[in-house]
Amino acid sequence: MPTEKKTLDEILELAAAQFKVPREKLSPDDDFFKTLRIDSLQALSLLTRLERHFNVELPDYELQGVSDFRTLAERIQARL
Amino acid sequence: MAAQMWGQPLSAVQGRLAHNMTRFNGKTLSWELMNGVVEVALHREPCNEIGAQSLEEFEHLAAALPVLEQKAQALIFYSNLACGFSAGGDLRELYRGLQAMEKQAALAGIKEFHQRIHHVMNTLDASPMTTIAAVHGIVFGGGLELALVCDLIIADKTARFCFPELRLGLIPGFGGIPRLQRDLGNAVVRDLVLTGRSFNTTKAQQIGLVSQVVAEGEALRVARGTAAQLGKFDRTTAAAAKRFVKPIPYDELRQEIEIVCDLYARPAVQAALKKFVESTDAQPYLS
Repeated sequence: MPTEKKTLDEILELAAAQFKVPREKLSPDDDFFKTLRIDSLQALSLLTRLERHFNVELPDYELQGVSDFRTLAERIQARL
Repeated sequence: MAAQMWGQPLSAVQGRLAHNMTRFNGKTLSWELMNGVVEVALHREPCNEIGAQSLEEFEHLAAALPVLEQKAQALIFYSNLACGFSAGGDLRELYRGLQAMEKQAALAGIKEFHQRIHHVMNTLDASPMTTIAAVHGIVFGGGLELALVCDLIIADKTARFCFPELRLGLIPGFGGIPRLQRDLGNAVVRDLVLTGRSFNTTKAQQIGLVSQVVAEGEALRVARGTAAQLGKFDRTTAAAAKRFVKPIPYDELRQEIEIVCDLYARPAVQAALKKFVESTDAQPYLS
């Protein structure tokens, strides 16, 4: 099982690639809605990509109120 | 007044169908018949929300089906928009309509809207053509209900499905639950409807909702290939097979309209719709 740090790094890489943002501009505690300038539908498309990448199923209600990469990584890690 | 709020009745739409039914360019959808396949493109910004104009154009399509069915073996629904197939009913338009009317008239308008959309969905469901939804991105609410009307769902890997209606104090109103029950096990139906959670193509294929999962951007191409294969079969046999394997749950569909209309009368629904409309986010209940 990957470490939580590795999971977090991969999330940052995937988010940067999907929304065409330089990876170095993303930090674990960023509000991804603001940093990536995305709405809830775009956040869902990121969730879809993350579920595929990590081969997990993550109900979106577990992410309600989650807006930073670190907490997102914790939620995914809990299902690996 | 209620009838005007959500567009024209079917009879008015049918009156404009004298011309070429094999091609149509509307504001929310367009279709073209080519090589025995009707391709229906959805293209209402921002994400194919289904409102009054969409309903009118879907009725236009339903009225054209008898002609199209003489010339085509298959019909494909797809979206031209990057966001996805459809985000479902146009809740913002609905809320504005409700606010502009006296309560009883508004509820009558809601009932009429649902009866009309059910007529369209039932007509598509019963069509002897084989129908395919080629979906990507957002497939929510009424968008998922449109896909469920189709015989096959072909999804690219970006597709995400959801019945979010309970988050607004409602249930799916365009035939969703009866058609889910037709196609899936009841435990799965309960999970999807009662949690309102969204799910990806892996899950959709596991539960039997989606017949093929394809690479990003490939759903329409694969749907065209499938439609071409169907052209090799005898149409009478294909239509008989469809009637045999795909019963239409008319009683439950009628029940659904009554339940939805009862729920709309509750103040909690008005409050949930108000909160939704006042948010600037696309799907505020998800954030």
